[in-house]
Amino acid sequence: MTVLDTVPSAALLLAVGVLFAAGVYLLLERSLTRVLLGFVLVGNGVNLAILVAGGRAGTPPITRADAGAEPMSDPLAQAMILTSIVITLALVAFVLAMAYRSWQLHGHDEVQDDLEDTRIAQLADRDAPSYADSDAIDPRVTLDEEAATVRDEVALPEPAPGRRPGTGTRGGGDT
Amino acid sequence: MNLWSVQTLVPLPVLVPLFAAGLALALHRHARAQRVISVVALSVVVAAAAGLVVAAREAPVVIDVGGWAAPVGVNLVADPLTALMLLVSGVVLLCVLLYSMAQGIADGDGRKAPAVQGTEDIRRILEAQDPDADEARRRDVLPVAIFHPTFLILAAGVADTFLAGDLFNLYVGFEILLAASYVLLTLGGTVERIRAGSVYVVVALVSSLVFLLAVGLTYAATGTVNMAQLAERLPDVDPGIRLGIQALLLLAFGIKAAIFPLSAWLPDSYPTAPAPVTAVFAGLLTKVGVYAILRTQTLLFPRNEILEVVLLVLALATMLVGILGAVAQDDVKRLLSFTLVSHIGYMIFGVALATTASTAAAIFYVVHHITVQTALFLVVGLVERRTGTTSLERLGGLATLAPGLAILFFVPAMNLAGVPPLSGFLGKVGLLEAGVLDGSALAWVLVTGSVITSLLTLYAVIRAWNKAFWQPRPDEQELPEETGLPWGMVGPTAALVAVSVALTAVAGPLYDYAEHAARVVMGDAIYVDAVFPDGAPRGTGESDEVTTEEGGP
Repeated sequence: MTVLDTVPSAALLLAVGVLFAAGVYLLLERSLTRVLLGFVLVGNGVNLAILVAGGRAGTPPITRADAGAEPMSDPLAQAMILTSIVITLALVAFVLAMAYRSWQLHGHDEVQDDLEDTRIAQLADRDAPSYADSDAIDPRVTLDEEAATVRDEVALPEPAPGRRPGTGTRGGGDT
Repeated sequence: MNLWSVQTLVPLPVLVPLFAAGLALALHRHARAQRVISVVALSVVVAAAAGLVVAAREAPVVIDVGGWAAPVGVNLVADPLTALMLLVSGVVLLCVLLYSMAQGIADGDGRKAPAVQGTEDIRRILEAQDPDADEARRRDVLPVAIFHPTFLILAAGVADTFLAGDLFNLYVGFEILLAASYVLLTLGGTVERIRAGSVYVVVALVSSLVFLLAVGLTYAATGTVNMAQLAERLPDVDPGIRLGIQALLLLAFGIKAAIFPLSAWLPDSYPTAPAPVTAVFAGLLTKVGVYAILRTQTLLFPRNEILEVVLLVLALATMLVGILGAVAQDDVKRLLSFTLVSHIGYMIFGVALATTASTAAAIFYVVHHITVQTALFLVVGLVERRTGTTSLERLGGLATLAPGLAILFFVPAMNLAGVPPLSGFLGKVGLLEAGVLDGSALAWVLVTGSVITSLLTLYAVIRAWNKAFWQPRPDEQELPEETGLPWGMVGPTAALVAVSVALTAVAGPLYDYAEHAARVVMGDAIYVDAVFPDGAPRGTGESDEVTTEEGGP
């Protein structure tokens, strides 16, 4: 059994690098079409990398050595690439449809913000707190009304008029 | 191969749904036929999986697809872990399918099915985007003939992922289920779903690319993608290269499983889908990622201290960040999505400890979590159906309005939080025990984190329970006219809740089975021997048409 020459071609490696770099750049864009192009580029880069992984042509696998004297490239790597190309094709078709749908709905195909992001940005814009402060909400029954409904031997004296529960010093009036 | 041997069962969970999907698509005009086909196909899957659970107990069942023996040919392997996952996912898929048929996503419930074609439809949909027409938008624009075929393809993809005996087949399985999930998530192409779908699809595409690259690198390093052969060869690979491959695989599966820094896509995308779709995604898709992590980390790679520490830290972060997110939510669906992320942390905790006990606990936890999480999402679907909202601010008084629904929510909610007699408690105890046995400082931190997460989960679900079911109904709330809940929806939900409770009753045997599965997964030899029964020499393939020449690098 001969040891295979597994040193890959520099041109292929360079191509993989360029495809990845350009693809990642495009993937980071906001528009779905560009993201899609990025996906296609990186996908091709990965396929090329698998081709490199197959190594150089050598003895035919599985079949008998006397089947042909010609060296043969690794069929498994090519089978995997073929499969992934088919899968990529299908996904590209789907994302294209989705981008088109997005354009139909919005007139553009930009990936939109997360619901939470939108909400937080909205609140920040209004300079409002991000949660309801239950102390600040006027309850249906004031503390005094509530106190009046029970019999308490050591009940507090009548309060100063106009004082509402929850607006005391605890809420941070001293800052 | 004998047709009546147990090996025949192995490809069925993939083949039957795929074939049924084609048939259902061909019969897209006949809603009744589609229903029958889907139910029969998934029932066959459940039956086959049940058979495999019994058969795989003895030894993993292996089938060489296409007549070529591994490692040359593609093989499907059903070891106890795979069989167990197949059974649970089959049951969950069947329940969700029945639920969705009653809900009427599948056939449009007698409504005209707008297949989103032609300007007329688009104009109508655009009109429906009017914020006042919220409900119309949600219900009307559902295309439909495609639901059943897509759902079946999802089932086939999930099964293929579990059964895959080589890395590339695992990739293909993932792609099948992801492609189906893209379609299901964007059903109808409404504004919200396209928004959520864009993020989901792009994230999933990137994770697939990372996975594919990792497969390519594995092939470059070892000259094979067969898992059994990888288990033999990877230990000999240079540690640096091995770490790189392992980290890449972990990254790819981490995105799919929604482990903390890679989890942001999940709580945003899942809740926009129709209730049954969300339920099945929440139950199965992330767990498929966890399964892939479990399989690759334990079977393929020798133990790696660095990655174990990284995984433990990530598990802790996933638990805490996820549950804190859940506590802050006011929408039940989003709340549950965050608890989903959080509880992925438990499973990763079990995987990261990398002992037989912890792996067994993780497997048990996966089984528990699939049923409970799916059941909860189905119940929330019922709540939405009953009241027209899932906002905790607008819900209230459901305990008097629909007592049965309250029970259906309460039981799995307590189960999720890990209240004692239920299976969630048993799974957590198993994990904590494994953590304590490990004894390292980090493991103790994780044990503490798990307990805190459990308590916070209890807080989150009790808050949802109090607001939606216990507190008086807000005065302004108006109930939709259609108030009855169809039995077709309640039945499958109740069945799933019953299954999750039954997991407690059969916890002993189930835990034994999980331990057995863990031993098989951890002990590479059993798996490898099952795939190479004659102890094939390393690096050569054997097939029916045997060659005497040595092939491969």
